[in-house]
Amino acid sequence: MKHIQTLNTRDMAKSLQNGGCGECQTSCQSACKTSCGIANQPCEKK
Amino acid sequence: MIHQYKLNGYNIVVDVYSGSVHAVDDVAYDAIALVDAGVAREAAIDQLAAKYADHPEVTRADIEDCFADIDELTAAGQLFAPDIYADHAFDFKNRSTVVKALCLHVAHTCNLNCEYCFAAQGKFHGEAGLMSFETGKRALDFLIEHSGTRHNLEVDFFGGEPLMNFEVCKQLVAYARSIEKEKGKNFRFTLTTNGIGITDEVIEWANKECYNVVLSLDGRKEVNDRFRKDLAGNGSYDRIVPKFQRLVKARGGKGYYMRGTFTHYNTDFTNDLFHMADDLGFSELSMEPVVAKPGDPEALTEADLPVLFDQYELLAKDMLRREKAGKPITFYHYILDLEHGPCIYKRISGCGSGTEYMAVTPWGDLYPCHQFVGDPAYKLGDIWNGVTNTALRDEFKMCNVYARPDCKDCWARLYCAGGCAANALHATGDIHGVYEYGCQVFRKRIECALMIKVAENLDPELAKNAAPAPAQDDCDGCSSCAD
Repeated sequence: MKHIQTLNTRDMAKSLQNGGCGECQTSCQSACKTSCGIANQPCEKK
Repeated sequence: MIHQYKLNGYNIVVDVYSGSVHAVDDVAYDAIALVDAGVAREAAIDQLAAKYADHPEVTRADIEDCFADIDELTAAGQLFAPDIYADHAFDFKNRSTVVKALCLHVAHTCNLNCEYCFAAQGKFHGEAGLMSFETGKRALDFLIEHSGTRHNLEVDFFGGEPLMNFEVCKQLVAYARSIEKEKGKNFRFTLTTNGIGITDEVIEWANKECYNVVLSLDGRKEVNDRFRKDLAGNGSYDRIVPKFQRLVKARGGKGYYMRGTFTHYNTDFTNDLFHMADDLGFSELSMEPVVAKPGDPEALTEADLPVLFDQYELLAKDMLRREKAGKPITFYHYILDLEHGPCIYKRISGCGSGTEYMAVTPWGDLYPCHQFVGDPAYKLGDIWNGVTNTALRDEFKMCNVYARPDCKDCWARLYCAGGCAANALHATGDIHGVYEYGCQVFRKRIECALMIKVAENLDPELAKNAAPAPAQDDCDGCSSCAD
């Protein structure tokens, strides 16, 4: 596409079928402890 | 729902429900805005043709092509994707949850007396105390018993200052290691420490046993020592920095974060991050806004917000500069894995406090998270009898982005999952509320993090740096880059 470049991203709708294993960290683990989000959590599913 | 913004010379369009991220030129940026506003196609083309009349390279056919691209992405579900997740979020009330992480408050006491501490100098507004081995052991058993088939179990040694109870930390890790195989579990320990109690033995233990260490340092000496003082009022910087450097050097690449807090007094917090990177040699950095009551002198104010936004942008741009120079740093809140990040279940289920994640006091009481400890209204139960306040647990089960009306129109809702229940409670009196100040900071950070991803994809200099390193055989035995 000439005007739009789309980055490779995880397909959210598809992850409704293949996600949800629950092995990922909870949000407040690791570094923040006070202002968490989930965007920086890696998926543990290989 | 989409979100459009311009940052660092890039036009970025985020498609909220598909998770797609698009870098677009000016014509597409305007065209997408017109589609979003519901402007009829021919009228939209006319508007853009008029706007770009002075740009001969933008022809009417070109504009039509641009709309065709938008239609194609829309049909592919990568633009203006509908919200198909709401029903799943409301199913969560009936889901059975497993506990997968505990924040073990092994010490409700501290060898520092930081004035801004949300934990009230480690005592969480209660009595001082240390967790016994028996209590900690029971907490680990509780975690195993309630973790279902979950393999990875996370345990934070937290406080107060956990190294004031180091012997129990060691005993608990030894106990966990002795049973994890037979129980089919893998314990991941994190140590959060102010550094005062770090010794060679602590370094060896932490680097062998802890998956992650979080080292509290606010940055420049004068900034750190403004709040991070000992009981006699002396700053901690000179004592902790050499210890942190020794620990990180010996860590051999295992995970760590230098974790600072910034306040109204150092809204120029990037100088603290750069001090940690350039003067002290740390590369894994985190910096959090202070948790304080409005009106406290250290509390961040509305007037600080534009300054903070500038700081976050400055940080993002400087991180790209460092990446180009081959000396990247990590900022916790700018970590984004667009291809292998959280699935939609993670994004709509909330932070996990009170359900998957709980805090355990030195006496074995359970709270939804470390920030609720000390508030009797939020006691869930204890590690011997389990969660007895099931109504409270169920309230937390449903505490997600779809349960917060204020999040309905927020483009960042699937990046934060509804945010922090404790922050919401403190700001609004309700865990389902919204801490708007924190939301504004969060959205800015995500904009910056996404911009970095766009730059990494579009800037040829960055793409060059991202190329895989040559195989060692090609290096003729030279190991100079290994440092």
